[in-house]
Amino acid sequence: MTSRYTFGGDEHVFVEVSEEMSLEAFFTTLSMTNAVRDAKIDGVTEICPANASFQIKFDPDVIHPDALMDKLKSMETTAAKQEPKLTTRIIEIPVYYQDPWTHETLMRFRERHQDPEATDIEYAARINGYDSVEAFIAAHSGAPWFVSMVGFVSGLPFLYQMVERERQIQVPKYLRPRTDTPKLTVGYGGCFSCVYSVRGAGGYQMFGVTPMPIYDPEQKTGYLKDFMVFFKPGDIVKWKPIDRAEYDRCLAEVEANTYAPRIREVVFSLDAFNADINGTNAKLEEALYAD
Amino acid sequence: MPINVITSGFATTIQDLGRPGYYHLGIPMGGAMDRFAMRCANMLVGNDEGAAGLECVFMGPELEFTQDCTFAVTGGDLPPKLDGEVLESWTAIAVKAGQKLSFDYLRSGARAYLAFSGGIDTPLDLGSRSTYPIGALGGIDGRAVQPGDTLPLGMADGTAKTGAHIPEKLRRMPAQETELRVLPGLYWHRITEASGTRFFEETWKVASEADRMGYRFKGGTPLEFVDREPPFGAGSDPSNITDACYPYGSVQVPSGTEPIILHRDAVSGGGYFMIGTVISADMDLIGQLQPNVPTRFVKVDMDTALAARKERASALDAVRAHLA
Repeated sequence: MTSRYTFGGDEHVFVEVSEEMSLEAFFTTLSMTNAVRDAKIDGVTEICPANASFQIKFDPDVIHPDALMDKLKSMETTAAKQEPKLTTRIIEIPVYYQDPWTHETLMRFRERHQDPEATDIEYAARINGYDSVEAFIAAHSGAPWFVSMVGFVSGLPFLYQMVERERQIQVPKYLRPRTDTPKLTVGYGGCFSCVYSVRGAGGYQMFGVTPMPIYDPEQKTGYLKDFMVFFKPGDIVKWKPIDRAEYDRCLAEVEANTYAPRIREVVFSLDAFNADINGTNAKLEEALYAD
Repeated sequence: MPINVITSGFATTIQDLGRPGYYHLGIPMGGAMDRFAMRCANMLVGNDEGAAGLECVFMGPELEFTQDCTFAVTGGDLPPKLDGEVLESWTAIAVKAGQKLSFDYLRSGARAYLAFSGGIDTPLDLGSRSTYPIGALGGIDGRAVQPGDTLPLGMADGTAKTGAHIPEKLRRMPAQETELRVLPGLYWHRITEASGTRFFEETWKVASEADRMGYRFKGGTPLEFVDREPPFGAGSDPSNITDACYPYGSVQVPSGTEPIILHRDAVSGGGYFMIGTVISADMDLIGQLQPNVPTRFVKVDMDTALAARKERASALDAVRAHLA
């Protein structure tokens, strides 16, 4: 993998690790941005990792753009030598698939969709070769997901499923973006899942909704007291399909501020994963539900 | 003793110089779109240049003072009226408790900046008072100013330069036919050479979708893409990329038709390719463009971008020296 370096005006260096999405590209992105953070380069003001690329914002009054570019390039070899291993957390996120709220919203925007006769999830199941929506949900919630980028708006996670390329779900975005998406919608576009942290415009297909807040600017939610944004790149997520009754129960806990997400610390090794994908995922799930 | 908001204008928001440091989480730096004007307004009233004031779009609010203070209006030409009397912009004006400030219609530009001695003293969110409505941060409850709001002021330190004025030659506003300087890069290689040349030759116009998140332009020829096999994860449209970060000022062109320049409240990333980035020195000017303003994009290199950045810094120094 050879990264492509380019300037975003006089205040950003943009590095494309790979044109394609892959876990390898994501890990390189993560190790490069970690290395830049550790290097504490004078003049660097923001370090933004993305799925298969990253961006460094800097103050050209402090460091010349060419000097920063050279410095970043010199760090690539060292970062590439790092073992692709990560101590991170695995989190269970409950999802009420085919909920009434995203259903109401998707019905309002049928004319912007590729398949106005079907719902978003029916369409996604069909074009990915699944016999039923149930089988599709089983695939979406089966293997875990990596948070490969946080962004777009307020703490929104992009997630990439930890399966072989052949098993990756791919769905195009809406033909024209919607002007509305319910808060906490679990969406899908390209090869990425996402959770809409706030209500607003959006182009991803809508599959369901989670009762678990992931962005709280007032920091009143118990598990968001320390910081208003829940996700960070490198988090591992396991979707848990829930029904209306469990959704309501979770929501009541959220409202009473007693909801505590299931989170366990895990170590992830990309090499071990590539050697045995199903085995690695089974171990991750075991760690999540061990107690 | 606060300022009472009687009417709020069109999209008046509390802004300072923003909250850098959270872009990696999708929280943009925000802050005044025209930072030069914001700094000048604060200088006139004796504030720290990064104090919070009001950013008024196209029309101004109507305000009632409940304490004596000094205010100044800079940026787009939106003449202030004190108890109905039209006064000069770019000037520090003393007011008494009970007086009312309103505005005449906008003569030029798009955004006026209103600073008060002491600065607006709403709570800080992530180190800034800048309003970011999508994330419900800053301002009053994370939203634009509304009638009935009260704007608390901080303690003024008595350094307001009442009567001081910044003459036109020291100001910085876009020319009649605006030129925005762009450093090509990012995914420039995705379009053909002829298409790239044409992009810089044609005159574009500001579209009606122009706000703090981004400015859209229309009227030019759609871009021609270099053929490719879509990379896994990017999407099938030739303008799609595997979702990546968006630099502030970057020029994305969804489907190759209408360029969008991301501004202070930028979305931090997404799946559209970008052909370059507006240089930092010209970002202020974008905030002063009205819909339908003819605009040309001018191709520059890094040396020109850095020289322009120095020039902008010197222009601010000249204002500081003038008011010292």
